[in-house]
Amino acid sequence: MTTQALRAPALTVNGELTALGDISVHTTVLDWLRDRGLTGAKEGCAEGECGACSVMVARPGTDSQTEWTAVNACLLPVASLDGQELVTSEGLGSPAELHPVQQEMAVRGGSQCGYCTPGFICSMAAEYYRPGRACGEGDHEHGPNGFDLHSLSGNLCRCTGYRPIRDAAYALDAPAENDTFAARQDAAPPAPVATGMVSTEGEFVRPASLDGVLELIAEQPDAQLVAGSTDLGVQVNIFGSRPSLTIAIDRLEELREFSFGVDEVRLGAALTLTEIERRLAGRVPLLAQLMPQFASRLIRNGATIGGNLGTGSPIGDAPPALLALDASLVLASRRGERVVPLAEYFTGYRQTVKDPDELIRTIVIPLPLAPMTAFHKIAKRRFDDISSVAIGYAVDVTDGVVREARIGLGGVAATPLRARETEAALVRRPWTEETVRIAAGVMAAEGTPMDDHRASSSYRSAMLGQSLLRFYFQGVGA
Amino acid sequence: MSSLSERPAAAVVGVPMPHESAALHVTGAALYTDDLVMRTRDVLHAWPVQSPHAHARVTALRVKPAYDVPGVVRVLTADDVPGVNDAGVKHDEPLFPGEVMFNGHAVCWVLGETLEAARLGSLAVEVEYEPLPSLVSVREAIEAGSFQGIGRHLERGDVEDALAGASHVFSGEFEFAGQEHFYLETHAALALVDEYGQIFVQSSTQHPSETQEIVAHVLGLASHSVTVQCLRMGGGFGGKEMQPHGFAAIAALGATLTGRPVRLRLNRTQDMTMSGKRHGFHSSWTVGFGADGKLVALDATLTADGGWSLDLSEPVLARAMCHIDNAYEIPHVRVDGRIAQTNKTSQTAFRGFGGPQGMLVIEDILGRCAPLLGYDALELRRRNLYQTGDSTPYGQPVRHADRLESCWSQVLTAGDVGERQVEIAAFNATHEHVKRGLAMTPVKFGISFNLTAFNQAGALVHVYKDGSVLINHGGTEMGQGLHTKMLQVAATTLGLPLARVRLAPTRTDKVPNTSATAASSGADLNGAAIKNACEQIRERLAQVAGGRLGISPSDVRFVDGVARGLSGDGVDWNELVNLAYHQRVQLWAAGFYRTEGLHWDANAMRGEPFKYFAYGVAASEVEVDGFTGSYTLRRVDIVHDVGDSLSPLIDIGQIEGGFVQGTGWLTLEDLRWDESSGDRRGRLSTQAASTYKLPSFSEMPEVFNVTLLEKAHEDGAVYGSKAVGEPPLMLAFSVREALRHAAAAFGSAGTSVDLPSPATPEAVYWAVDRVRGGVSWSG
Repeated sequence: MTTQALRAPALTVNGELTALGDISVHTTVLDWLRDRGLTGAKEGCAEGECGACSVMVARPGTDSQTEWTAVNACLLPVASLDGQELVTSEGLGSPAELHPVQQEMAVRGGSQCGYCTPGFICSMAAEYYRPGRACGEGDHEHGPNGFDLHSLSGNLCRCTGYRPIRDAAYALDAPAENDTFAARQDAAPPAPVATGMVSTEGEFVRPASLDGVLELIAEQPDAQLVAGSTDLGVQVNIFGSRPSLTIAIDRLEELREFSFGVDEVRLGAALTLTEIERRLAGRVPLLAQLMPQFASRLIRNGATIGGNLGTGSPIGDAPPALLALDASLVLASRRGERVVPLAEYFTGYRQTVKDPDELIRTIVIPLPLAPMTAFHKIAKRRFDDISSVAIGYAVDVTDGVVREARIGLGGVAATPLRARETEAALVRRPWTEETVRIAAGVMAAEGTPMDDHRASSSYRSAMLGQSLLRFYFQGVGA
Repeated sequence: MSSLSERPAAAVVGVPMPHESAALHVTGAALYTDDLVMRTRDVLHAWPVQSPHAHARVTALRVKPAYDVPGVVRVLTADDVPGVNDAGVKHDEPLFPGEVMFNGHAVCWVLGETLEAARLGSLAVEVEYEPLPSLVSVREAIEAGSFQGIGRHLERGDVEDALAGASHVFSGEFEFAGQEHFYLETHAALALVDEYGQIFVQSSTQHPSETQEIVAHVLGLASHSVTVQCLRMGGGFGGKEMQPHGFAAIAALGATLTGRPVRLRLNRTQDMTMSGKRHGFHSSWTVGFGADGKLVALDATLTADGGWSLDLSEPVLARAMCHIDNAYEIPHVRVDGRIAQTNKTSQTAFRGFGGPQGMLVIEDILGRCAPLLGYDALELRRRNLYQTGDSTPYGQPVRHADRLESCWSQVLTAGDVGERQVEIAAFNATHEHVKRGLAMTPVKFGISFNLTAFNQAGALVHVYKDGSVLINHGGTEMGQGLHTKMLQVAATTLGLPLARVRLAPTRTDKVPNTSATAASSGADLNGAAIKNACEQIRERLAQVAGGRLGISPSDVRFVDGVARGLSGDGVDWNELVNLAYHQRVQLWAAGFYRTEGLHWDANAMRGEPFKYFAYGVAASEVEVDGFTGSYTLRRVDIVHDVGDSLSPLIDIGQIEGGFVQGTGWLTLEDLRWDESSGDRRGRLSTQAASTYKLPSFSEMPEVFNVTLLEKAHEDGAVYGSKAVGEPPLMLAFSVREALRHAAAAFGSAGTSVDLPSPATPEAVYWAVDRVRGGVSWSG
């Protein structure tokens, strides 16, 4: 496992610059921290579901220069954090000098066995420092201090039943004037560092430009692209995948464009879901509805929109929504760029039209948006679950008649797909219960859903039909 | 009031305080077994070779290819075992099996310089299997007559006669799922041969003494050659009562053979595919009611799905049978119990230990039958509650039965139940696609190990010359706050501020022959043992203080670090301890406790196995979406009896956490085994956090009111307290019954709803669909 470093990669942990040292290119941040004696972060699941490994990294902010961003340390290769800054529960405070988040959690019974606690602390601290957090009315998912409970949706606790953790979160004040973590957010985030590492298990590269990436994937088409590593991390940890070349693309400016124009919205493929959520700020209601249901905050902080499409998974949550929005993808390669409608992008189970030397550069959503939109996700659990079925709606009803209907489906076939027959059963017909009931019958027969541990095929089919009824009745306020 | 239960003035018990390790938890400074690896030199890492078959004979095992993998140090097989090749106490769990009994069964273990080397080594091991017929579901086992262990029979009265005379008789079947523990910390052990040639095992275990025994018999050593320590666990819930032993033994065997420390930590997939879970059950029943809605007779057969080996299935079954009455008087009862043997993980203890399974049967019966009897389910339950003077079917008087009614009426009032029932009816009348439901359910849970011998505990208390106090006891800390309570008990008994007492981790060389920290009994048993040890020291110090103060020792009181008489000067604790030392007074003591008054005839299923009952009542309100079957838990009100609480913040945490865990079992958590005849038969298909969903923030009740029953002194337990670990889990029946109530509201009045368990959104959807008479797409 000797590492040949082209430079000496290093990471600032709890304020101390620490050489990454003799590691495999696949070593996760979690294993790396624990090998260095920082055992606060724990492995609970190794697939980004439980959050026991949550740590904070300094990332470019939306509402401030830098944002402390909580991520799953079990999923990220530590090589991807070369030159970055990271804080663990140990770095936030000590038993003799507790951080305000630690103080509230400790005194309110927020820990029982304590194993998930350091992860909760980091997720909670990141929300504590979120620049946009402001006092408000609160509801059952937001505290009077503006604390968004969804920030903890990627953390599982098996002991407490969550109530004391919620109370601790809602009791938090604003950070003090002299709080160093808060002050850090006012300065620029650490710049990405062009990294090149080799170990016996492969190579990890972070090229400095998109051209550099396109060169590499043209030469080595089996290279593994990585951004948030929320999918790759699972492949490595659970399925033993060990790619020989991993190319990090998450910080490339060329992949991080964002614009909300007159004719279209352009979303860089390497924007994280959290960044998109914050920057859109509700301007695409369908995506605003999707985001809180999309995995967990911990995952959304790392996962990119391009990654969700790049894997070609039939159960990704973005495709049904983007299909309804009639999105297109800009695919880039050394040969140039081309635009592919998302509806033509998926070709089979985890297969797409994207050539091995191409990557997704931008997602384009045409404007204006349809007036009626919705995202329905059917899953066992409301927070942080994988869809049994997901449905995106974009419907234009004018003068009581359906002018246009686009319905995107996930989880009912080998690929995400448009519910073309249902759309046809709606368009040019009056928007009435009768039309919708007939169309719901058509919709229940869309796709070829299967039986698995998430749901039966008959439930999936029933949910398609029921979803359309729900869309209609909620729209008419029944 | 007994001397055991009597509380002195200014007691430290009863004061709400956070977990004793809270500051360590929140800063990541609290150490768990696997956190010790980086503090230990030259550690080897273990990885299993797991069977891909549900049932097969191992016909060839070639380990040599593994040694060709760089970094592989040793492959452990049956040939390496110097003692007994068995991981259990029933000798039906070969540590290295020649016949694999479930998909995921470990055949052998590879030790490597790194975890990666061990993993690659395990892939290189060649195993040949001869597949054998397998039984995966409990129904398959019943049909095949595949049972294990001793079946039991519990009977009172004349069931035939009573059913014949009943106004209403119903029969049914109900099969319900088990539950994965999903403690956040998976199984872990770190073993080494220490500087004195002793085997020292750090283990995440609820039962260090049994881990010690198993390690010793596998290694062919006497128990005095093996020490097991449990620092703390990242959750146990029963899953670490029997299951850690084999893993500890593998690590210890590896350490013995290589001379190097061996670490074994299961990853989540391994933990879920190898370790036992809550038993799923099959039940069939016939019940009779009188015209007044009173239960007259119950005839039931319970079949526990035990998995491949016996493990704790027999006592789990016994507790299930002893709790089929829950909180209800049933004059005539006949229950037959048996344990199916299936090709699955060996199902084991899980918070409630069969109690929840027994109680689920009667709650399901009442929920299904209430509409058929024309009763509101809430009223049907209330009128069947035990009353003072009643006895259980196994012959134990239901002492303090009046507390059921106290809890019930308090929940009714504080929870505005009547008002909300009216609101819910109004809501349901005006909402076609969304319905609400409310249900109340009681809990009566017997406290003590069913097996009388386990109801004993030891403690070791040291007072050092500087006055500082160190306590040890046989219980383990898994998050339930046992150590916090034990510190409070010691400080109370010695009359010291809490800060003067420190607790050392649980070790078998400090307190021997301990019982598992289980059956909710940790605080009752170990607290009484600590109290006993502290009292011995206090009495000796009272002699010294009496001499120093010139008063009778019997007049000496210890309050807040000062020993004093009824009036006048006192002597400071530190000075007193120093004085005692110089007078050659013993400043340490071993404490012991055994629960008095228990007797149990396991064959006849009669006696008084429980010291007392813990009671509670919950009201839950849900909202169900008729389009999808998804639901939210709007409000929960609980009144629970913890006696005079030793530590109220801890107890409320146990009630809330147990409730949510129970809700997970009954609603969300969905263990799925591949029952097909394909290649993956017997495989657990929900073997990860991504596929097995436990409650998250979205399942937390929006309003969650928990109140401890007042004036609840328990005469038979330490400082008047009651056990709290398990009973609240079963309050979650109220959620399941509220879902049933809401589902029924989609149909006409009087609709009886069959609800599977777990009541996942899909299951609720189909229940609603049946109530609505099936959906017609064309409208």
